[in-house]
Amino acid sequence: MFRRLLDTPQRAVTVTIDGCTVEARLGDSVAAALLAAGTRPTRASPVGGAPRAPYCMMGVCFECLVTIDGVGNRQSCLIPVAEGMAIETQTERREAGR
Amino acid sequence: MSALDALAQAWDVIVIGAGPAGMAAAIVTGNAGLSTLVLDENMGVGGQVWRSITTTPVLNRPVLGPDYWKGRDIVAAFAECGALHVPGATVWSVSTEREIGVSCGGVSRLLTARRIIIATGAMERPFPIPGWTLPGVMTIGGAQTVLKASGLLPTGRVVLAGCGPLLWLYADQALRAGGQFQAILDTTDTTTRAQALRHAWAFARSPYPAKGLALMARVRRKVRVVTGVTALAADGSGKVDTVLFRRGHAGFGERMPVDTLLLHQGVVPHTNLAMAAGVEHHWDDRQLCFVPTLSDTEGETSLDGIAIAGDGAGIAGAEAAVERGRRVGHAAARALGIDLARLPDLSTSRRTLAGYERARPFLDTLYRPAHAFRIPQGDTIVCRCEEVTAQQVIDTVAIGCEGPNQMKSFLRCGMGPCQGRLCSLTVTELIAHTRAVTPAQVGTFRLRPPVKPITVAEMAELTVQSATPLNVSRN
Repeated sequence: MFRRLLDTPQRAVTVTIDGCTVEARLGDSVAAALLAAGTRPTRASPVGGAPRAPYCMMGVCFECLVTIDGVGNRQSCLIPVAEGMAIETQTERREAGR
Repeated sequence: MSALDALAQAWDVIVIGAGPAGMAAAIVTGNAGLSTLVLDENMGVGGQVWRSITTTPVLNRPVLGPDYWKGRDIVAAFAECGALHVPGATVWSVSTEREIGVSCGGVSRLLTARRIIIATGAMERPFPIPGWTLPGVMTIGGAQTVLKASGLLPTGRVVLAGCGPLLWLYADQALRAGGQFQAILDTTDTTTRAQALRHAWAFARSPYPAKGLALMARVRRKVRVVTGVTALAADGSGKVDTVLFRRGHAGFGERMPVDTLLLHQGVVPHTNLAMAAGVEHHWDDRQLCFVPTLSDTEGETSLDGIAIAGDGAGIAGAEAAVERGRRVGHAAARALGIDLARLPDLSTSRRTLAGYERARPFLDTLYRPAHAFRIPQGDTIVCRCEEVTAQQVIDTVAIGCEGPNQMKSFLRCGMGPCQGRLCSLTVTELIAHTRAVTPAQVGTFRLRPPVKPITVAEMAELTVQSATPLNVSRN
């Protein structure tokens, strides 16, 4: 779990994670917003269905793949949050269709 | 609408990566009047070391420290140099004809350049221990990223494990920010100290020892440090709740309850793009990784007009990356006919660079990750994407599979979305160890574009302008 430092000046933005409204901050990546919201696991591994969560936060491990605004398998550590963004964790095994 | 829509197709220089090296190179070529495009998949400039430097919420300067804030000068110079920076732009292909495939906002384009500078930097070395795929286990670099970008600190019981300068730097930064750690499990191999001492004099003359020692002393005053750790495992159901470790030789003697386990054992060049472009690489036994084979200190690769700058050319740190970037930018500008009078004076640059690089043999030897943390056994997952274990790789070698590429056909290791980034070094070293040959003899995965997943729709909508657009048929 992660907590935010106090007195950080960034503006709040509202997103949804699996339908629940969550406050994130401008400048957060989607993966950082997921960590700050305490969401874990953020996906199931496509092969064995094992729980996974963001690991590297720099675009190399692909553990933070989520569905953003309906588009699946996005690298959430590379994508900035935006007002109204709909984030869904990917809890199914291989999602060939998306 | 994508930021790529309005871009020119042909450029004098395309730089891939807006970290220390990429920015430094672009400053030279941009100021020389060359049309320079800088593509970076991150949200802002700075690379990893200066991540979020223009936007960080951590405004209390001592937290991230003077070496972080030093990045502001170069970011300011970069903003003034005339180069165009496109964030959120993932380069997925570089061809020998210097054509680049890039994706941004769900749209891909092919762009061309007279000179390409690859500045893709470093990534953390894989740390394959039992349980490293559990939620709650992250890299120290990852934790540092969310501290810089979002002001996030791990809460509850947090343990740091591993070795290398970044572990101590992050511990210091997080403690200054108000973070707390249960312990640091130091995996530094105590048998390498004697060998490292041979390089101590060179290290002592580099700029690093004073600040490094002070930083470690500060951390040790506040956190319990367990040295000589020879085995590590994360355990838990659905998430990590325990770290098991041992000192010395027998069993997992000790355990500690944890909510977050942060791992790190050094960084290695992020070579996927350069390898897929066809740049020649070789095994570096001191840094235990593949590095591009360069003909000089100006980053020239085996491919005409494609150079590599920064840690992607071999790990040397941010200051060295800036110097290498300047040199590579200078060489590109000269090659494109820019008069020396319009370029910065680099007469002292080689010496400056040597000063930074001098520190590496000591650091590389002292923090050489121990065998047990590079070459796993049994059920430990090697390939996180395809969930391939060490034992599966060992068993497949036993039935005659000699190399990583054949291993793909047997096990799919290296074939998931990360394309071997988190397993290739482990697979190479594991095969080499099992066969009793060198990593150089084993080689690594043959990489091909696209080096990052893009949709078929993006491919289908590409406007192909050259005769040989993608080097997919190479090999």
